[in-house]
Amino acid sequence: MTQNENATAPIVRMEQVNKHFGSLHVLKDIDLEVAPGEVVVIIGASGSGKSTLIRCINGLEEFQEGHIEVDGNELTPHGKSGQALQKIRTEVGMVFQQFNLFPHLSVLDNVILAPMKVRGWSRADAMETAERLLARVGISDQAAKHPNQLSGGQQQRVALARALAMEPRLMLFDEPTSALDPEMIGEVLDAMRELAREGMTMIIVTHEMGFAREVADRVIYIHQGEIAEQAPPEQIFDRPCDERTRSFLARVLKH
Amino acid sequence: MEVTFQFDWAAAFRSIPHLLPGIPWTLLISFGGLAIGFIIGIVFGLMRISPSRLIRWPAVVYVEVFRGTPILVQVLFIFYGLPQLLGSPINALTAGIAAIAVNSGAYISEVVRGGVQSIERGQREASLSLGLSRTQAFRYVIWPQAFRRMIPPLGNQGIISIKDTSLFSVIGVGELVRQGQIYIATTFTALEVYFMVALMYLAITWSLSLLLRQLEKRGLVGQ
Repeated sequence: MTQNENATAPIVRMEQVNKHFGSLHVLKDIDLEVAPGEVVVIIGASGSGKSTLIRCINGLEEFQEGHIEVDGNELTPHGKSGQALQKIRTEVGMVFQQFNLFPHLSVLDNVILAPMKVRGWSRADAMETAERLLARVGISDQAAKHPNQLSGGQQQRVALARALAMEPRLMLFDEPTSALDPEMIGEVLDAMRELAREGMTMIIVTHEMGFAREVADRVIYIHQGEIAEQAPPEQIFDRPCDERTRSFLARVLKH
Repeated sequence: MEVTFQFDWAAAFRSIPHLLPGIPWTLLISFGGLAIGFIIGIVFGLMRISPSRLIRWPAVVYVEVFRGTPILVQVLFIFYGLPQLLGSPINALTAGIAAIAVNSGAYISEVVRGGVQSIERGQREASLSLGLSRTQAFRYVIWPQAFRRMIPPLGNQGIISIKDTSLFSVIGVGELVRQGQIYIATTFTALEVYFMVALMYLAITWSLSLLLRQLEKRGLVGQ
C-alpha cells in the first residue's frame, strides 16, 4: 500500500480517464490532480459529464480507459477494483443532489449507520460523533425525526453530517443545492463554506457561480466530456482564456 | 307470487359445529403454504434481479410455470401425479400445503422483485458511497424499505391463497368446503351450508385485512 510521502502529494489523481456510454463518449482523456485541502469546483452545462466525473472517483460509475488513484488506492477500468474500491468509498464522502437520506431511519440512525457497520464503532461512539456533527450543521434538535419531517435544506445538511461521520479524507458534492428551494440554498452553502474553511478537500459540482468564486481554489470548466479550462476562480470568471468557457459563462451569468 | 323456498336460519346455525373443524385445516394449509411460499418468493424474487443470467433464468422459468398454470391442476399433479413418480403416496395435507407454497411462491417472487426494484437507485448509491458493502446496503437500507412496500401486495396474495385452499376439497383434505360437502350429503341444505361456509371464509380473510391495515399503518410511519 502506498501512502502519501508528503503533504503535497495529490489525494486524487486521474490519468487519461475515458468513459463511454454506448456510442456516447462521456469523458474524454480526463487528467486531474487534487491536492489535500484543495477545494475544486467543477462547472459546465448539464450533460457535459461533470457529475459523471466525480462519480468515477468513488466508483459509482465505471470507466473504460485510464486510471484513477485516490489516497493511494487505485481504481482500474471496467469496475474491477475490488478491495481498493471499498477502501476508497470508506475514505471518500459524497453528498447527492437528491439527498438520498434513508427514509426508514431516524436522522440519528442515518448518521450512525455507516460508522457502526463499516468502521465498527460502538453505538455510543457513533452517537457522540453524530451528535457533534448534527450540532455543527444546526440539526441537533431534530435527531429523532425521520427525514421526511425535515425541510430540503435540513435534509441536505443531515446528508452532509452523515458523510462526515465516516471522517472522510475527501468530500464529493454532486449539485448539492440543485434540488433545493431558493431560500434553503444559503444554509447548505454555509455548511459547505465552513467545511472548506476547516481544510477539507472538496470536489464540488455546482451551478452556484457566486459560491464557486468565493470558495474555490480552482475552477474547472467541462465541455462535452473534456476539461476545457481550469484556473483560479478570478481568472475563470473574469478573464477566461477558452472561447467555450466565455460563452458558457455569458449564458449562465446573464441572469 | 308465493315464495317456494325459505332460507332456513335454523339449519344454517345447526351446520356451524359441523363446519368449524374445517377451519384449522384451512388455516394450516393457507399459512403453512404461505410461509414456505414467502421463502420461495424471496429466493426466486432476488434471483430474478441478479445480474447473472444463469441465476436469473431458473427463477424466470419457475415464475412463468407456476403462475401460468391453474392451482387446481398443480394440486392434482402433486397429489395424484407425483406419487406415480415417487412410488409412494403423498397425503392430502402435504399436497395442499405444497400446492399453496409453489403457487404463492411464484406470485410472491414478483412481489419481492417489484418491491426491491421500486427502491430509488440513490438509496443504494448513498449506501455504497458511505462504504457499506453491497450486502450491507441491501440488508440495512434496501430490504427494510422494500419490505414495507411489499406488505399490501403480500396481504393480497395471502387472501387469494386462503380462498385457493377451497379447491383442495377435490383431494379430500378436510378443509371448510369439504366439511360443508360432507354435511350437505346428509342434510341436503346446500343453500344454508354454503352460505355459512362463505361467511367463514369472509371472517378469515377480513381478519387478515384488518391485521394488515394495522401493520401498514405502523410500518408506514416515517416513510
